[in-house]
Parts: sequence; C-alpha cells; structure tokens
Amino acid sequence: MSTDTAPLPVGRYAYDEVDRTFLSQRVAQFREQVGRRVAGDLTEDEFKPLRLMNGLYLQLHAYMLRVAVPYGMMGSDQMRELAHIARTYDRDYGHFTTRQNIQFNWIRLEDTPDILERLAGVNMHAIQTSGNCIRNVTCDEFAGAAADELLDPRIHAEILRQWSTLHPEFSFLPRKFKIAISGSPHDRVAARFHDIGLVAHPGPDGRAVFDVFVGGGLGRTPIIGVHLRDNLPEEDLLAYLEAVVRVYNAYGRRDNMYKARIKILVQALGVEQFREKVDAEFAQMNRADYRLDPAIVEGIRARFGIPDLDAPADAAQTLEADRRADARLDRWVRTNTHAHRHEGFISAVVSIKPDGGIPGDVTADQMDLIAALADDFSFGEIRVTHMQNVVLGHVRKDRLRDLWLRLDGAGLGTPNIGLVGDIIACPGLDYCALANARSIPIAQKLSARFANPELQENIGTLRINISGCINACGHHHAGHIGILGVDKRGEEFFQLTLGGSAENDVAIGQIIGPALPEDETVDAIARLIDTYLVLRNEGEAFIDTYRRLGAASFKDAVYAPA
Amino acid sequence: MPLLENGHVTEDRWVQATAGEALPAGAVIVPLDRLEEGLARPKDAPLGVAIGPDVDVAVLRAALPRLALVAVTFPTFRDGRAFTQARALREHLSFTGEIRATGTPLPDQYEFLLRCGVTTVQTDRAEDVAVWQQAHEIISIAYQPSVLHERAQGLGLRRFLGK
Repeated sequence: MSTDTAPLPVGRYAYDEVDRTFLSQRVAQFREQVGRRVAGDLTEDEFKPLRLMNGLYLQLHAYMLRVAVPYGMMGSDQMRELAHIARTYDRDYGHFTTRQNIQFNWIRLEDTPDILERLAGVNMHAIQTSGNCIRNVTCDEFAGAAADELLDPRIHAEILRQWSTLHPEFSFLPRKFKIAISGSPHDRVAARFHDIGLVAHPGPDGRAVFDVFVGGGLGRTPIIGVHLRDNLPEEDLLAYLEAVVRVYNAYGRRDNMYKARIKILVQALGVEQFREKVDAEFAQMNRADYRLDPAIVEGIRARFGIPDLDAPADAAQTLEADRRADARLDRWVRTNTHAHRHEGFISAVVSIKPDGGIPGDVTADQMDLIAALADDFSFGEIRVTHMQNVVLGHVRKDRLRDLWLRLDGAGLGTPNIGLVGDIIACPGLDYCALANARSIPIAQKLSARFANPELQENIGTLRINISGCINACGHHHAGHIGILGVDKRGEEFFQLTLGGSAENDVAIGQIIGPALPEDETVDAIARLIDTYLVLRNEGEAFIDTYRRLGAASFKDAVYAPA
Repeated sequence: MPLLENGHVTEDRWVQATAGEALPAGAVIVPLDRLEEGLARPKDAPLGVAIGPDVDVAVLRAALPRLALVAVTFPTFRDGRAFTQARALREHLSFTGEIRATGTPLPDQYEFLLRCGVTTVQTDRAEDVAVWQQAHEIISIAYQPSVLHERAQGLGLRRFLGK
C-alpha cells in the first residue's frame, strides 16, 4: 500500500486500495458484459443500459466514450493518460463537455474494456456518465480558489459522487438525473437548470448547510428549478436527497421519455405537493441510517490535497508591472483570469475556443501541454469548466506572464473568456445521431467573424449557445443569444432565442421569430450585435440592453437587413 | 422457471393463484385484487401477494403481518420502481418475509436487487443462472447505506458487501 503514502492530489479525492479494488472489479464486470455482447448472449437492447452505465454511446459513425471528470477536477497524470487514450484509441483528440467531462468520439467497442482499465490505472472511470441514473456531479470551476466563495463545495461533491455510485435504488430511474453544487453566492454551476441544484454555505455552527432547488432543466421543455428548501443540515444531506430521488423514482413518468425528467413531475404535482411527498418520505426514513456524520465528511476532506499557497510579497506588483509592459498580456489577464482568495494568486482560464475552432475540442498534444503547465504553475491540478474550457486554479501572480507566454506560444492564449468567441456548442450533426443540424460550423463561422480581440472586448460579456436539435445539449435556452438547429424539408435552419441566462439572473431565452437558413444565420447575429452596440447605454452588456428594450428593438435587425 | 436465492437455484414452494379458480390450500401468491380472499383463508395458510410497479406499498400495511411473501415486478429491466418498493417494504414497513423479484430483471441488476431488500428472483432464463451468480460475486464494495446494513469500511461512506 505504499502508493497510499504518496502526496495527496491537490483539489480532488485521493483513491486508496479500497477505491482501486472497486474500480478494477467494475472494469472486470464490464469486460465480461462486452464479452457476452460480442458472443451474442446479450441483445443490443439488454446491453445498452450496461454500456451506458459505463459511458459508452453508439453515435452516428462510431461509439463515443464519455469519461467522468468528477466535479471537473483532474490531475496532470490523468490528463496525460487521456492524451495517451486519444492517441492510441481515438483520432488524436478529445472533447470537453458542458458537464465537465471529456468524451472520445471514435472508439471501438472491443477496445473499451482496455481503455477503462487504463483509466482505472489513474483512478478514473466512465461510470454513470450516461444512462438513467445519477450523473457526474458538477461544481464551480473556481471552487477552493475563488475570492467570492463561502465554502469549498468539492468535498460534498465527492460525497455525492460516492453516494450515487452504483446506487442500488437509483440506477434505473425514469430518466437521467443531474446534480450541481456551488459554494459561492455567484452561481457558476447553473444550479437552477439542474434536476437538483445545491447552494452550500456555512451554517451557524460552521458546518455546511444547503439551499435546495429541484426540477430545473433545459432540453425540450426548459424549466427553471423551483426552490424546495433552505438550510438543509449537512448531516441530512444524503437522507434528503434519497427522499427526493425516491419520490421521483416512484412517481416520475415512464411512458414517454420526453416527459420523464423530474422537472415534469414537479410541474405536474406543483411544488407544494411535490414538497409534501418529499417531506413525508423524509419524515418516515430512519435518519440514523443515512446520517452524514461530520467524521465521514472530515475523513473524505482529509483525502483532498491542499495547495501550499506561498507567494512572494510583491507577486501582485510584479503582475501589475508585467501587464503595463505588454498590452496583449494585459488583455488576456482582463478576460481570462478570476480573482483568487489569496492575494498572491490568481485563477487562469485556458480558452479551448480558438478563433474559428471547434469549441471544447482538445488535441493529445494540447492535453500533454496542459498537464505540463499544471505541473509547472498550478500544483498539477486541472479543472474542466462547464463552458468547455480549462482552469488552472492556483497560479502565482508573479508567474502568470510565464504561463501566458507558454499558452500563447502554443495557440492556447485566446483572450475570449465570457466574450463572443466563448461559444458553447453541442457536437451536432457532425457526430450525433439525434441532431437535425450541424452546430460546429456555425460556431466556427461566428468565432472567426468576431476573432478581433478588441472588437470582442468592446462587445463585452455575451454568451452564445448552439444546439443542433431540440434536446438542447448546447443549452441554447440559457444563452444570451441561443441558436437552435432545425430541419426544414431536409435543409438546416437556425432559430434564434434571446435573453436566456444560467446564472443568478436565470432566465429562459425567448424565440425572436422564424428560423433562418444556414447561410443567413451568422449575418443576422452580426446585425443583432451591431444593434446592441448602437442602443446600449454606458456599461450595459448585451443581456442588459435586451432586457431594457425588449425583443422588438432587435427583431428588425434580424429580419430586415439594411 | 428457476428461483434464485443468494446466487443459487432453490426450490419454489409457492404457487401462483390461477385466474378464475378458487385458491389452493398451500402456499399461494395472490394478485393484489384477491388479497382479501387470501386473507380469508386459515391464518396458518402461507400467503403471498404480487403487486404491480405502480402500487404504493403502504396499502399492504394492515395485511403485512399475515404475509410471508411480497412479489414485486419489473415489466422491463429499465423500470426501476420495484427497487423503491422493496426498500420501502423493508425500511418503512419493517417487512421481514420474502421479497421476490419477478418480470425481466437483468442479472447485472442482482446486487441492486439484494441491496434493496429483494431475497429471491424468479427468472425465466435458466441459462443465465451462472451469470446471476457471477453478477452477485463480482463487486465487493459499495458506497452508500442499504437495507442490508453492510459493515462500514473505515473511511467515508464505503462498506464491504460481505462475500
């Protein structure tokens, strides 16, 4: 057990022999299941839920394997293994997803047991990245680093990861189930667009308490999650979530997969009746059996590595001087960093949205570079964001310029975080069996059109989300500008929605009018942005101007080109 | 149709009530709509009841002291409501008799069934028995409490499944 005395990985839970035994058993189980499928002892219908429980989808052209990155946290060793998998079993790249995972798009079924075994070698897996079960729990990408954070949510995210892993009662739910957890008053996890959203803060005794939202989601029926309760004590966290999911498992619809998410049940019952059912279940549970003892929480917390935040006293001044000396660095720091709780440190966002590129796609060489930079600048710790970018969470301010130089030299220094170029797009018809339209080319054209960093910064905060069909994997309803691909008699059209947001000002975007042909869509969005630039008041972002003036002011720009 | 208990084939001493016929004398499983008829038999005649997945098991509360078996069912393996029913029977109604899973559960769900309180599985796929046994033995660690109250393993939520 000598490996258990190794330094703990910063920012995530350290596996020990018991966890590794579990993973290797799970790999053996899947190898046996694949064997039965290949031998014909399992039908595709029977095999499907088993492979989905291991993250394996059958897509348009090949199998896709979605690897779990629990709460978006991974280490440089894990990133290097992902690079190896991309080179060996895929086409030299992977794709970061909006749920902080990574997926490989060109996988052979027969290779998956070997891939899972390699992943297990670095304490990774693909468990429950798909299927009608509790999926990867997502978390704030600046957790444990952000200046505005009240409580590091990753400890409880790990507890929920463990609790939901092969849960005996909740692995065959009516539909998938997504939980997000935040420890900051600034919602960076889209808490109200999840099946359960948890907002953690310290309670009176210093232990965590949770505000609980339920029944939010995008997809075909976008609904903002409703507030279920406040100040859930930490010791009741598992009991209460058991009660919520149990009510869903018993009463959620199973006759129509498009009506099967918990949001439909909550809307059908109404929040009062749903809450009554949860409370009744909670009241009759033997809470001692489910009690989350502080000793359990502290035991898991003790398995997290803590970064040694030691910076020279003049680290901040050094960065100020570096910024004054280089306007390009200065711009990148403005757009691609986030304030750290320690004055000598800063969090850096590596944009995986190069000008004209495919959002979230990362090559094997880039993975290796990110791993090396994480080792050199951020304690070997890497975070995948729900915006499909990468964060190095703890970078010394006096070394930020060195980091930027290396990123910039490798084409990873695009200064566009939160701006027009930081587009979220689903894989679309280029990969997906469900899609009606290709999302990626629209993203690439928009990104290329607005590549000029001065123009992007002048336009300011703007979230563009693109989905290739109504299942809304690109979260178009939550975009300031949402783009939805639709099929009209065999041709790709795109419908625009305006005014959505997944943050504290949560809102569902509204359709502005008829869908546009593919070749007019980018021009129409450019006119929308031009209109905003003319109409905006000082300091207003696009979303502010839209909310102040309403859709009418923008509709003409879309449909009546000058 | 073999009956599995603890990963092994066991003898089935129960018979199903036949529609339109009087209940036999011995151990019989009645559908929920014939429960009163079953309860009207002598008190020492073993009685079981079969419920559909949409039944709230609380309706069995009054009858449970007389019941030696409750059969839950999986119309398809994707329909996981029977997991919740089994757990509620054990946890909320303190039922200690046999919980039998019927319908079409998958061998790969065996550990989930057991940890939700199911004791026997009636499967029409005899050739799968070895697969069921293997599914029972392959994973030895779990990460959440269950009605089986497995032994906690030091750190955190983990427990050994005792095999």
